[in-house]
Amino acid sequence: MTLLLAAAEWGGEFDGVLDDINALFDFPAIWHLELFGIDLSINRTILIAWFMTLVCATIFVMAFRRPSVVPSKLQSIGELTIDFVRQIAVDIIGPKGLKFVPLLTTFFLFVFFMNIAKITPFLMLPPTSRIAFPLFLAGIAWFVYVGVGIKEQGLVHYFKELAFPPGVPKALYVILTPIELVSNLVLRPFTLAIRLFANMVAGHILVVITLVTAHVFLPSLPAGTALGVFAVIISPLVFGFELLIIGLQAYIFTMLTAVYISSSVEPAH
Amino acid sequence: MENLGNGLVFGLATLGPGIGLGILIGKAIESMARQPEAAGQVRTTMFIGIAVVEALALLGFVLAFAI
Repeated sequence: MTLLLAAAEWGGEFDGVLDDINALFDFPAIWHLELFGIDLSINRTILIAWFMTLVCATIFVMAFRRPSVVPSKLQSIGELTIDFVRQIAVDIIGPKGLKFVPLLTTFFLFVFFMNIAKITPFLMLPPTSRIAFPLFLAGIAWFVYVGVGIKEQGLVHYFKELAFPPGVPKALYVILTPIELVSNLVLRPFTLAIRLFANMVAGHILVVITLVTAHVFLPSLPAGTALGVFAVIISPLVFGFELLIIGLQAYIFTMLTAVYISSSVEPAH
Repeated sequence: MENLGNGLVFGLATLGPGIGLGILIGKAIESMARQPEAAGQVRTTMFIGIAVVEALALLGFVLAFAI
């Protein structure tokens, strides 16, 4: 971000900057840390993730510290959130879905709070725009739905249903089995992660471009001022749009996890 | 030139899913309007369908950077 700002302010060399879009997402380590050869350095992204986790935990501890029959404002917000996720779980998975409500609620809140850092003043960077976060979440979802499938249907039966869906002519299995295996075991977690990641990357770039345009062009020449004013006018719209995307992505992530779990609980017929 | 290629990969990859999403969401809205009491179920199924269709565009997005 600073690189883009500097380049835009002094001379406007956009060529060199657009090549290095990574500068928007990659931050230098604040505290170097290495454990067993794995780089565990603390940088801005991690600090934002910790901070948002703290905010989320604080809100929910405050909400349910003294639960009462007539809920306070904060408690009703917490209850609404959990009811919302429970509704998703029961609608998609069925009665067995109640078991997965804690997991799905965690997913929903984690993704939501990580995303909302994108439009939080002074943070302005969604940790989910680094592939590690969505990929790890998708990895958890993968382990859960494969594990549930093995537990509910048995190891052999689960993979047999996965590779050879019933009710298909025998000759078609030549084409169908590889497609089914790849789509169920590789593409599902992959697209789950990439969907969140791509939306956050695109959203972050959009927000940065809007704000940088306002910052650079507002105090410039008369011709540029018009562009700056336009950016200022449009920035609330961009923020609103991003808020919509943030909520939608958290919802879709939760819902797709529920869909995958439901396909493991009860095989497709 | 390479950047142009990257852009084209993503641009072309969005064409099919774009058309697909248009048809999908249009049909979902149509069925919601015809049968408002089934709106919840239609919405859920619509999002699942969107997820599947969108995956193709996302693969293009990744490939544009991977190539």
